[in-house]
Amino acid sequence: MCLAIPGEIVEIMPDRPVAKVDVTGVRRAVNIALLDGERLAAGDWVLIHVGFAMSKIDEDEARATLALLEGLGEAYDDEIDALRESRID
Amino acid sequence: MRFVDEYRDAERARALAASITALCEPGRHYKFMEVCGGHTHTIYKHGLEDYLPEGISLVHGPGCPVCVIPMGRVDDAIHIASQPDVIMTSFGDMMRVPGGRGSFLDAKAAGADIRMVYSPLDALKIAERNPSRRVVFMGIGFETTAPSTAMTVLRAAAAGTRNFSVFCNHVTILPAIKAILDSPDLRLDGFLGPGHVSTVIGCGPYSFITGDYGKPLVVAGFEPLDILQSVHMLLAQLAEGRSEVENQYGRVVPWDGNPRALEAISKVMEPRPYFEWRGLGFISHSALRMKEEYAAFDAERVFDIPGGRVADPKACQCGEVLKGVLRPWECKVFGTACTPETPIGTCMVSSEGACAAYYNFGRFTRERISEVGRGGGADRAGEPGGVREPVR
Repeated sequence: MCLAIPGEIVEIMPDRPVAKVDVTGVRRAVNIALLDGERLAAGDWVLIHVGFAMSKIDEDEARATLALLEGLGEAYDDEIDALRESRID
Repeated sequence: MRFVDEYRDAERARALAASITALCEPGRHYKFMEVCGGHTHTIYKHGLEDYLPEGISLVHGPGCPVCVIPMGRVDDAIHIASQPDVIMTSFGDMMRVPGGRGSFLDAKAAGADIRMVYSPLDALKIAERNPSRRVVFMGIGFETTAPSTAMTVLRAAAAGTRNFSVFCNHVTILPAIKAILDSPDLRLDGFLGPGHVSTVIGCGPYSFITGDYGKPLVVAGFEPLDILQSVHMLLAQLAEGRSEVENQYGRVVPWDGNPRALEAISKVMEPRPYFEWRGLGFISHSALRMKEEYAAFDAERVFDIPGGRVADPKACQCGEVLKGVLRPWECKVFGTACTPETPIGTCMVSSEGACAAYYNFGRFTRERISEVGRGGGADRAGEPGGVREPVR
């Protein structure tokens, strides 16, 4: 729960503050209302925390963070499993 | 420091370590607190203490939200979960946290409908799909999580959802740091500030630590080199007689934080006069409760909760661990009666907790480290569960 996971924006929903993101192959929707004003677009990376994008980050930072998280093992796997179950829309 | 290779470069780590050693005053002992559980995780996983000179200790702080939930609040949550028609929803980390009368997992086994969710928005969705049930979200976490809970409540209010409420246990980091600074049994020289809490609150609010208490604080990232660089920045401040807030994690943390997240919190929540922290006792203005305006979404008003206080088990020394007075392995039940599978104390429950982090990454090689002496991390690279060289 404490983990913030980087995800790449695949698509921005036109009618609501929601983006579809890709996190190591898992595609889920996250809320982007807290980054209102950041002019997000497909291809941008965001740091996601419990279903909300908390900050925009660059791709290098995102990849470094992912590498770190993957090394955590169980804690990271649990977070990805939880994300997979998520049904935000 | 922009690329993956640079973050994980052992040569850079050694160079930084040498530079850190050069900054240390001979004979002086430095004690820095890493506030965030994520830092604790990195430090133990990569054996960073073995890169540092003898004169530097890293002590872990109260930055694991699961670890600071008092047993009485867990019992209150289970009480709510046991009411007719209730679906309790919670982050997975909470499931094994022991209260006075068991954990969420125990209550679930006894028949309570308790479901793990990834996001408070998932809890709201469960409420929308189950109009005849009362769905409660167990809100825990620091300022990193509180905005998500607040945004979810705002969404529920806008949609007119009537069967959703939050059992609000959100805590705020600054009063906890102040309580630690005021604690007579711990002398600290500086802080590694929490990376992700700071994406919300920014760096300015830490200025009382540097101003009133004269202790430097560096907001730190989570890579091994981030931690080493932050230690270097703290030592440089001390060597130059400075005490300032600095931001090592500027690539993620804006100096002013996230104003929209702060706005969401203040719309929905307000400080409680006081709140009990596991091991730290009652700390004033250290937690958030729902505002009167959102009473319909406040599980503490929707349900009649016992609100009892439960003393921590006598054998448990989580309080001392949370304050950095004891290291995890110095607790008398660490790794014997208290393990991640059968936690007595909260620090062993969450992967962010110092005891769980140390148990998972450090325990098995600690003895060998003391045999072979400090330094030379490369010799131990790749040992199972052990201290590793911070290489890719």
